[in-house]
Amino acid sequence: MDAVRTVKYEEELDAGFASEVAALPGGARLWDCIQCGTCSATCPVSLYMDRTPRQIIGLIRAGFRDEVLRSRSIWICTSCYACTVECPAQVPITDFMFALKRLALQDERYHRSLIPWVERTFVKMVHANGRLTESRMGMKIALRTGPRHWMSLAAMAWRLFRRGRLRPFHTERMRDPESLRAVLRALKAPPREGVA
Amino acid sequence: MTDGPRIGVYVCDCGFNILGTVDVPEVVRFAATLEGVTSAREYKFMCSDPGQELIKKDVRELGLNRIVVASCSPWLHERTFRKTVADAGLNPFLFHMVNIREGVSWVTADKAAATEKAKALVRGGVRRVALQEPLEVRTEPVNPDVLVLGGGIAGIHAALTIANSGKKVVLVEREPSIGGNMARFDKTFPTLDCSSCILTPKMTAVKDHPNITLYTHSEVVQVDGHVGNFEVTVERRPRYVREDLCNGCLECIEACVYRDRRFANEFDLGLAKRKPIYVPFPQAVPLKPVIDPDDCLFLKLGKCKTTCVTACPRDAIDLAMKAERLTLQVGAIIVATGFKPFDPRRKPQYGYGTLPNVVTALEAERLLSPTGPSEGVPRLRDGSVPRAVGIIHCVGSRDANTNAYCSKVCCMYSLKLAHLVKERTGAEVYNFYIDMRTPGKGYEEFYKKLLEEGAHLIRGRVAEVTNAALSKGEIGKLVIRVEDTLAGFVRRIPVDMVVLAVGMEPQADAQAVRRLLTLSCGSEGFFTELHPKLAPVSTATDGVFIAGACQGPKDIPDSVAQAGAAAAEALALVDKGTVEVQPYAAVVEEARCSGCQICLGLCPYDAIEFDKEKKAAHIVEVKCKGCGVCVVACPSAAIDQRHFRTQVVLEEVAGVLA
Amino acid sequence: MSGEYLYYPGCSLKGAGAPYERSLLAVFERLGLRLVEIEDWNCCGATAYLSVNAETAVALAVRNLAIAERTAGRDVVAPCSGCFLSLTKAKRALEESPDLRARVTSALGQASLAYRGTARIRHPLEVLMTDLGPAELRKRIVRPLKNLRLAPYYGCAILRPYEEVDDAHTPTVLEELVRSTGATPIDYPYKSRCCGGMLTTGVPGIGLRLTEILLDAALEAKADALVTTCPLCQYNLEVFQGRLKKPRLPILYFTQVLGLALGLDETAVGLDQMLWRLPLAPGVTA
Repeated sequence: MDAVRTVKYEEELDAGFASEVAALPGGARLWDCIQCGTCSATCPVSLYMDRTPRQIIGLIRAGFRDEVLRSRSIWICTSCYACTVECPAQVPITDFMFALKRLALQDERYHRSLIPWVERTFVKMVHANGRLTESRMGMKIALRTGPRHWMSLAAMAWRLFRRGRLRPFHTERMRDPESLRAVLRALKAPPREGVA
Repeated sequence: MTDGPRIGVYVCDCGFNILGTVDVPEVVRFAATLEGVTSAREYKFMCSDPGQELIKKDVRELGLNRIVVASCSPWLHERTFRKTVADAGLNPFLFHMVNIREGVSWVTADKAAATEKAKALVRGGVRRVALQEPLEVRTEPVNPDVLVLGGGIAGIHAALTIANSGKKVVLVEREPSIGGNMARFDKTFPTLDCSSCILTPKMTAVKDHPNITLYTHSEVVQVDGHVGNFEVTVERRPRYVREDLCNGCLECIEACVYRDRRFANEFDLGLAKRKPIYVPFPQAVPLKPVIDPDDCLFLKLGKCKTTCVTACPRDAIDLAMKAERLTLQVGAIIVATGFKPFDPRRKPQYGYGTLPNVVTALEAERLLSPTGPSEGVPRLRDGSVPRAVGIIHCVGSRDANTNAYCSKVCCMYSLKLAHLVKERTGAEVYNFYIDMRTPGKGYEEFYKKLLEEGAHLIRGRVAEVTNAALSKGEIGKLVIRVEDTLAGFVRRIPVDMVVLAVGMEPQADAQAVRRLLTLSCGSEGFFTELHPKLAPVSTATDGVFIAGACQGPKDIPDSVAQAGAAAAEALALVDKGTVEVQPYAAVVEEARCSGCQICLGLCPYDAIEFDKEKKAAHIVEVKCKGCGVCVVACPSAAIDQRHFRTQVVLEEVAGVLA
Repeated sequence: MSGEYLYYPGCSLKGAGAPYERSLLAVFERLGLRLVEIEDWNCCGATAYLSVNAETAVALAVRNLAIAERTAGRDVVAPCSGCFLSLTKAKRALEESPDLRARVTSALGQASLAYRGTARIRHPLEVLMTDLGPAELRKRIVRPLKNLRLAPYYGCAILRPYEEVDDAHTPTVLEELVRSTGATPIDYPYKSRCCGGMLTTGVPGIGLRLTEILLDAALEAKADALVTTCPLCQYNLEVFQGRLKKPRLPILYFTQVLGLALGLDETAVGLDQMLWRLPLAPGVTA
């Protein structure tokens, strides 16, 4: 058996992590969490997470930056907002999840899976055309995931195509995507990815 | 005044509290330069004996006729120094206290700013005191009787304590019987005493006590007057049974045209039924039936054989009874109106009212009670005994979306319910909590007992109760979805019955009651005590005291302790026989009054009357508390206030701003 | 009430959500309401942008609102619940942070756009049930959908976190709409439980399980069809039924159901574009 140290010494933790995460509007409620676990209990996908939403909040407060940003949990969150609505301390948990995704991408250290890739691809597509072409995104995902996966969807894809809901040669784009890019440029974004 | 003001100014160091921030010698030096100041001194602790002696000596030797002390808040020592000044031979209202601690040295670290502010305040105080006039404190006789509002355990205990001292008590209770919520409980924590067994002797004592007049099925509808002399109007709702004639044989109930019990019994929270004529529970005090006019055929429709009337051997049933109002004079009032449980329909996630077999803790008490609908063994709707029961803590409490406060008693009563349910049914019991709060005497030991008995104590706040099964074992069950935070997993736990540990809230009509008595309440609606630590049963309204759950969630030991405390305070008041009335009353200059009557509606104490002959407002001094609202509101500037005359206040302000 | 609204389609309605657009436009026209598509609108950012950069995400969404404000006094109707929430979040973010508002308005200004924060974002379900109301809708129904059992599915965004369209725990507006068409709304436990969102594509092992739970519940409650308010929910619930080996359950948009009841034919409301056919009872024919 390998020796795997799971406990961190205080100096290995990130004391500023909590404040960094709490910098978003309403984020000060991070400290109101009483660790009751209602968020995890109401979350429809918490049972698939490596760290439940409650644990994520606790880990943020304690400064376990690495564990949090590398967790699978933050990518599994579907932002259904059930936790936010149920939380008795009104902690904006879902908004924290978004912030953690941003930080994880910024840090470039995160659990590699399809989801962050999809999100980044989405952004690129919007940048190029101002809008997303669903079918094109679907094709990109299919190519990335490999033939076995997209074969299972091929029958559906064909039926959708036949019914005019999937147009593989159509690109949904703005008349003048530059007018959008001008705004984004003026905002000096991207490449600046951050929390706030 | 024969000669001009000869003002003595005393600036206190208050140890280091003031001296540490304010340059006291500088303030003294400055004070000495002010007009009218004969002497200015610094002293370490003005409130001490030597400090007070200093004042008395200066009055004697320097002929001072006005005193200013610059130190802490008047809340603390105004009374002290007024007495000192009185002892020195001056009228105590020729004294003024300037706060340079709570308002200056305790709120800044900037020494220069603090000193300047202290000087400005002292200057204002000196100018003020020069214009103050001598006033006399009045004493009034106090009515020795006491009113207790509410006949739960707190009200009962307060009433007995006062009655035992020899004073007369009137106890007014809204329900047909006294006993309150405690009468509904099965056993009490942590001793597992039978609630009725410890309560009913006290209830009987109330009934039998020569000094207690008990009005049940009655409400206080108006309170006039002030400390020492309250005039209270009580409305006695008709029982339709003459209490003076009824001997409690209960033949009338047996004889009622309704053969079956058909109407929801309020005492059993609707879980059991009663007839239109009923006693709420077998140990009711008074044990006299009452008729519900909404259920009784005769009273509702005018059509009934009225077999109850004929069955009564004493002719005690009077279906023509009307509500009756009576007026009482009392010297003090104790409010012990209790609580109501949180309505769990506000948390639809838990299924109360939509899913079967979800009950509140109070309903569970009735199910566990030997006199309850289930004879002490809780059963499901289909009559079977549950094999697994979930008890959810903190329902409605510690929740920003409903009540933010912790309701204090629920952890203990939930553990108690766990024990009782297990004992009666043998079921597996699960308690779901956020924190286990068991601070009282014997409470931690009780928690340990439950741990040892094998109750499943799961740390996690329940997100939902559902009957949608996702696995075979959940079919036909109520499923509790919770994160077991200690084990670190989200769990779905199937049970047969769910008990919701609902928190305590103020009564539905608490706002109406407090307006009756001019009480304050907190943001949650519980009545506010005068001081959270040092005056827990007094209120800002002199002569009105509060006790029990109406002041905040609490258990029986604390309710009884508060009731005793309130009784002591009330007794201190009425036993003394007199009460001091501060001379701050407002005064109307009738010549200036235009008769607009704006002031009448504004007075929070109903202390202003309109004299129709003089066509001027008239202040009822005994009721006036000197709040000053009428003074400010009067468009003709016809009202002034003793000790706070407009001219004097403006002079003080001018002095501060100079 | 002008009866005229600005229309923000969102990327999905131009893609797999085409039947939603078709039925929405047809229904509004039949009811005498006008929908004017916002000029050269851009993607709202959905949840993807917010995962990458918050400030840009807000600016992206708000550009659309700034364009909308050029037509004074017209509410923005966003049929896709995801877009509806994105736009709403962005608007609130600017209301709560004067700092962010200054930066975004300045950036918009540099592209000749002004944002005043007056544009109101609404979901067509709420628009129809508030501006017209169930009584008025009932008057216009020509073909009551008798004996049709419909499972109302709200999804997340219109209820949480802001409860803009209805109460998050006990919503009723979709049931009321179904009732006004003459159909029967059925009760089942998961009316607003997450459908799986992007996970059905991203992590099918999780996403599809969420979808399955909803389908099972609707089927167990003997629904003839499920009624949705969001193109992503609709897609998830419809497209994976084969993969999940479920009996076929038509997944419709509420506008399609309403359109049928208003007398529009199947093609007009895009029923021909759906994967699973709705068994319309006799008397309720196309």
